[in-house]
Amino acid sequence: MIELTINDQVYKVPPGRTILEACREFGIPIRTLCYHPALEPYGGCRLCMVEIAQPGRKPRLATACTYPCEAGLLVWTDSQRVKTSRRLTAELLLATATGAPEIEALARQLGVTTVRYCLPESDACVLCGLCVRACQEIVGVSAIGMIRRGIAKEVSPPFQVASATCIGCGTCVMICPTGVLTLEQITDYHSPHRQLRDGQEVYLDCELCAPQRRMGP
Amino acid sequence: MNRTTHATHDSQAVETGWLRLADIAAFQHWSAELTQAWDESRPCVKVCDGTGCRALGSQKVLSGLRAACQKADLPIPLEIVGTGCPGFCECGPLLTIYPQKISYQKIKPNDVKEIVERTLVGGEIIERLLYTDPLTGEHIHREPDLPFYNKQLRQVLDFNGRIDPTRIEEYVALGGYRALVKALSELEPKQVIDEVKAAGLRGRGGAGFSTGLKWEIARQNIRRTGTGYIICNADEGDPGAFMDRSVMEGNPHSVIEGMLIGAYALGIQDGYVYIRAEYPLAVQNLQTAISQAEEIGLLGEDILGTGFTFHLRVRLGAGAFVCGEETALMASIEGRIGEPRPRPPYPAESGLWGQPTVINNVETWANVPLVIQRGSAAYAAVGTEKSKGTKIFSVVGKINNTGLVEVPMGITLREIIEDIGGGIPNGKRFKAAQLGGPSGGCVPVEHLDVPIDYESLSQLGAIMGSGGMVVADEDTCMVDFARYFMNFTQEESCGKCVPCRVGTKAMLATLERICAGYGEPGDLDYLLEMGQHVRDSSLCGLGQTAPNPVLSTLRYFRDEYEAHILEHRCPAHVCKGLITYSVIAELCTGCMVCLRNCPSDAITGAKQQVHAIDPLRCNRCGMCQSVCKFDAISVN
Repeated sequence: MIELTINDQVYKVPPGRTILEACREFGIPIRTLCYHPALEPYGGCRLCMVEIAQPGRKPRLATACTYPCEAGLLVWTDSQRVKTSRRLTAELLLATATGAPEIEALARQLGVTTVRYCLPESDACVLCGLCVRACQEIVGVSAIGMIRRGIAKEVSPPFQVASATCIGCGTCVMICPTGVLTLEQITDYHSPHRQLRDGQEVYLDCELCAPQRRMGP
Repeated sequence: MNRTTHATHDSQAVETGWLRLADIAAFQHWSAELTQAWDESRPCVKVCDGTGCRALGSQKVLSGLRAACQKADLPIPLEIVGTGCPGFCECGPLLTIYPQKISYQKIKPNDVKEIVERTLVGGEIIERLLYTDPLTGEHIHREPDLPFYNKQLRQVLDFNGRIDPTRIEEYVALGGYRALVKALSELEPKQVIDEVKAAGLRGRGGAGFSTGLKWEIARQNIRRTGTGYIICNADEGDPGAFMDRSVMEGNPHSVIEGMLIGAYALGIQDGYVYIRAEYPLAVQNLQTAISQAEEIGLLGEDILGTGFTFHLRVRLGAGAFVCGEETALMASIEGRIGEPRPRPPYPAESGLWGQPTVINNVETWANVPLVIQRGSAAYAAVGTEKSKGTKIFSVVGKINNTGLVEVPMGITLREIIEDIGGGIPNGKRFKAAQLGGPSGGCVPVEHLDVPIDYESLSQLGAIMGSGGMVVADEDTCMVDFARYFMNFTQEESCGKCVPCRVGTKAMLATLERICAGYGEPGDLDYLLEMGQHVRDSSLCGLGQTAPNPVLSTLRYFRDEYEAHILEHRCPAHVCKGLITYSVIAELCTGCMVCLRNCPSDAITGAKQQVHAIDPLRCNRCGMCQSVCKFDAISVN
């Protein structure tokens, strides 16, 4: 067992846990957005930021979802520095996703009162990458990915052409925190897996989509 | 193996037909033979064939020279060598005539005939091709006497300009691969690491982490896993930086030798050089060097019969700045999107394909043979207490001698700018130097005497970085300067994490607003707060260092920001939204030159009548000012 200090209290955790997993276990709240327990941690949204200090070293910020528990580590989940970082990150998130009620609510909770800079064009996608990772790690087809970089980055099927590898399982839509993603943006309706016949959706069986269909709506 | 038989060697061709060196004794015999045959005083002409001089036409000079020499009636046969970049890019294409070391500069293909007839045949010096000292007006004949080289200490760049980088024999003749042989025959792997540690070698890529310590940590992990990788980070991407490019172009074997020594010390069999595809000559020379070293038995299986095996592969990057970040670089080698991932785990623990990995940049690897060859104590004799050895800088911007300089650590910035760099052009005043490119900060004139070492620079808010040095003079607007670098990092942000993706964009938008004349009093607080946030909360080094140019210019040039915002004035007359052009009535002769050249028809007036500029139509291009012969246009 590893012993570490979270918010001035000593805890024991088995090795291999991240700070976030440990905190969740002990009921210490940490806001997350791009984290999902079924997926590999990503560290992109920077909302789960905590302040950490290794013994004898200067405190710094780190994402709780990716940082492993280390022996003797000091962790603060709610220090002033953490609060400021979360608030500013939320402000920036809101700048890219004006009009997404989920992000507005989140920003309000984290103390954002005004957004000092807004992107001229924004939709509700916050590029948390959950859809892309779910499609890759859980569904295993990688029908969507990220294209371009920086502020122009977006989620898209390869070459921005409706994907023929999409099996129409809807995992990406279900996991999207802002509800901006729709299956129509991704799926190629001419794919052999998912077809429209007489106005009815017809699924053709394959080893990947058949179990999804049996689980059914 | 005789050098002189390759007098007409074409740099494109790779020598074949070497015998593989069976053991260390065979290498030593070959090496000694080459060194003995190497004669620095033999007559030859060396022309810089680096990218900088090529852009200025050095290849035409080289081919012209070869053709002219064949035709000419030379007293003795003359070898013509295309070398790597010696660094004095400002005066390229560079040509040096041995054994006298006569240095000709800014050679044009038309000059070739005259050089052959007058100097090579006639033995006469052509004064107009010599370097002229701007202070004394004197012509300087010999390369070693040029003030540009005087104060430099060229260890890593020593062979640049002396050898043909496409010929392994020349590198070996000057002592190349002897450090590898020394390591293989005299040192245990652990002793190699101890030497590197004792030498105080620190990463030349930016952060300045101890190379020996990095190797030591990785070695423990490699012993556990049994496998690992070493990588040479050649993804140099800072605007205005070309140190690593020149080392790979001019002396690729030094990088290979450094990596071989590293692989031996770490017990590793596979390595990669990650190099950007925009460096075609560096890629070409490196690949030539790798295949030569493989053929001769210095790279590959069972090197020099010692049982040590090391394979080196080249991976081309597509030019994303973020791929210089080690985790993004490894993702790119693995064939994934070049995006960083959070550390830990550090590469030394879990890097390329999940194996322990050591990443060092080009200059660091090129320093390794020096450490081993000279010994840690001799290596550490150069430099300061915590920063050892030399550092290469590419000095660009508002400076007389643009180029590549290698200086001992601890030299002052003033010596680099004034003595080596030759000061600021047109008698202007020095304002600041940006060190470390878009990740670094600026050093203003009051700190010109700062010694160049890792700690002193970071205290000032700048960084050593990989060695980019952009000089700004009094005509540079520091707000615009910061905006330029912010624009670069904003465009190069991979977009994975929020603070870097959106924060840099928000900061850039604020700077653009200030430069356009729409700054507001709260903007500076916003820049400071957001800058601190992006620095604190971003995922990787790109985001963590992106605000540095803004934060450091705010620290030293806050008055310039305030002038933009509060007084709607750009003190350096750069920001177009804040300047107006007008005609000085007393000086205007009414010649109509400005009127005819104005692209937006903003100037009115008739012949011999004072002209006027309509500020509403004027697009502030400055054309009128540059064409006016009477200095009758003013900017305010």
